[in-house]
Amino acid sequence: MPTRLLKGARIVDPANGRDGEFDVVIEDGRIARVGKDVPAEHGVSVVDLPRGLILCPGFIDMHVHLREPGQEHKETVATGTAAAVAGGFTAVACMPNTLPVNDNAGVTGYILRKAAEARLARVYPIGAVSRGQLGEQLADIAELREAGCVAITDDGRPVATALLMRRALEYAGMFDMPVIEHCEDQTLKGDGVAHEGFHASTLGLRGIPGAAESIMALRDISLAELTGAAVHIAHMSARQSLDAVRYGKTRGVRVTCEVTPHHFVLTDDMLGAPVPYDTNTKMNPPLREAADRDALLQGLADGSVDVIATDHAPHHYDEKHVEFDRAPFGITGLETAISLCFDRLVHRGLVSLARLVELLAVNPARILRVSGGSLSEGAPADITILAPDLPVTVSAARMRSKSRNTPFDGWQLRGGVAATIVDGRTVYVNDSLPECEKLRV
Amino acid sequence: MKKDLLGIADLSPDEIYRILETAEAMREIGERPIKKVPTLRGKTVVNLFYEPSTRTRTSFEIAEKRLSADTLNIAVATSSVLKGETLADTALNIEAMAPDMIVLRHASSGACHLLSRICRSRIINAGDGMHEHPTQALLDAFTIRQHHPRIDNLKVAIVGDLLHSRVLRSNVLLLTKLGAEVWVSGPPTLMLPGIERLGVHATASVDEAVTDADVIMMLRIQQERMQGAFVPSLREYFNVFGMTAERVRRAKPGVIIMHPGPINRGVEIASDVADGPYSVILEQVANGVAVRMAVLYLLAGGVEEGD
Repeated sequence: MPTRLLKGARIVDPANGRDGEFDVVIEDGRIARVGKDVPAEHGVSVVDLPRGLILCPGFIDMHVHLREPGQEHKETVATGTAAAVAGGFTAVACMPNTLPVNDNAGVTGYILRKAAEARLARVYPIGAVSRGQLGEQLADIAELREAGCVAITDDGRPVATALLMRRALEYAGMFDMPVIEHCEDQTLKGDGVAHEGFHASTLGLRGIPGAAESIMALRDISLAELTGAAVHIAHMSARQSLDAVRYGKTRGVRVTCEVTPHHFVLTDDMLGAPVPYDTNTKMNPPLREAADRDALLQGLADGSVDVIATDHAPHHYDEKHVEFDRAPFGITGLETAISLCFDRLVHRGLVSLARLVELLAVNPARILRVSGGSLSEGAPADITILAPDLPVTVSAARMRSKSRNTPFDGWQLRGGVAATIVDGRTVYVNDSLPECEKLRV
Repeated sequence: MKKDLLGIADLSPDEIYRILETAEAMREIGERPIKKVPTLRGKTVVNLFYEPSTRTRTSFEIAEKRLSADTLNIAVATSSVLKGETLADTALNIEAMAPDMIVLRHASSGACHLLSRICRSRIINAGDGMHEHPTQALLDAFTIRQHHPRIDNLKVAIVGDLLHSRVLRSNVLLLTKLGAEVWVSGPPTLMLPGIERLGVHATASVDEAVTDADVIMMLRIQQERMQGAFVPSLREYFNVFGMTAERVRRAKPGVIIMHPGPINRGVEIASDVADGPYSVILEQVANGVAVRMAVLYLLAGGVEEGD
């Protein structure tokens, strides 16, 4: 692959304190140089990017469900990573609730082989905390780490008991691997399917209170304090949980948290309108009320929230085309996240571009202790190029994901992804920006 | 009228009054020696019941037969649903035989909305999960009007398991639309979060709710509610929330006592109240037929209007 010199973009690289027009040299899959007015040496192909684009370290979605092995009718590593790069993500961390569960090196290796075959986004498998995610015995965590897992979680459900969580934190702490927690008190959740509040009440849907999440967040923050290990709160939805995280952080506890675009954009009034009982408004944790959504926006703006992750949860049409309470929880997210972030966070002045890059690249890399998060010279050339003012109409039918379960179909948003580069290879170019085609070698 | 009757939420006060006034005419048919009119001759109505129901299904069936519709009952046992086809597929198969209306009873809230989206047939909600039971609220309003012609100046107390009750939701919507003062009461464990936003007064004190009430509407408490720790015991429930003659004395002298049935004697309502002079429980059952005839008639083309 020839050495390339990318010119004309605004570089936003908060890890290196850069924000401005710089040239970027990509050589042998790595960032060779970032600087002003870099001369084109012999044999270097110069790519003049159209005006107005933003070039930043590749985005990392640290919470996706790729469904493979076992549920290939919903998604595969190949289709999921195709969706990832189309959504501007150069890497994804995939959850272990596959069939079989990713609780051993065999499954981890299988996922990594599929990712290598796909050659799209980087894939970081996340292993199970407990064998079979049954909440009884610890999985072979050292083996998982050796095979390539970057964190452990029983996502889909919480780590079953305080004791098991304590042991997981202590044991994973040995490798400085974070434990990612799906916070949910299952007795309080019961058979709930929607946020407990006015809308669930009038629609006759069983409720899940915010406390079902925050109780578990408080448990885990206490255990992180006890053990000194790192806990990461997944898909945080309730304002009480955010308060818990803030409390932990002020005490110096190693707690971080993520928020999904759907939780900072939507509220539970979507349950009744425009389509009553639309199963694409059913996810776990549920869409909460406006006070929660507003608290999450505040947390994204003030730095209390560390990460934006999608909780990309593809489900087959047939599985969602049923009664609301029978439908599985979850929606896709990889291909809508960046436009939602631009439209609802950046363009409304809540979050600066530098902060957005921290939420989507710097912090996920730091929490998972993986490469990326910066455009440092010598780092792998994982780059997301953004078109901040691109008008985007979300089209479920045109998505790369194998599943179409999104509540955002037809939404018109401002801001999108221009191109995605992984290891110096251009793996995605937005076909509505033909002038970016020259990024393909 | 819209294409379907999915819930009281979709009805305007004018539409509610139109149904109630039509039901008045239908009631007269039930008093004739030959209780049958040809209004729905040639129309096919499918009663698709996913939950066991005697009262509602029978009431619909009698209403359909009095209007000369061709009726078909399909009772789907829950066990066969689990291994069998989806609701959408069942509905599409029924649709293929071109019925004019489908009356659906289903354990899932919103099941009728799903059918409404995929079926050309008109859908009548005969109870969906914990959501709505619109014909019950309509027959309740019809019954109230027989005793108190004006609903807009009445105090109505609804007492019992509010959380799990579709009857409660439909009645709250209907009675507030018609301007009644609605009080709801029950154990805090069975209260609906945010129900005050519908313009009702909520209290755990049954005494407060029934004081000076014109109408007391009791809701059934499921025997198994102890399991979810909603109530400690049925005995305690009766002591704290049961409708006794003593409590009824707090209401206005002309109060009527209602219950959608089936009643649990000695659990939510004392037998002397259920069988007493204020009880209109059996009138409700009788009126159910007339109200359902009205709904069927109006939906089947009383007047065609776009939705």
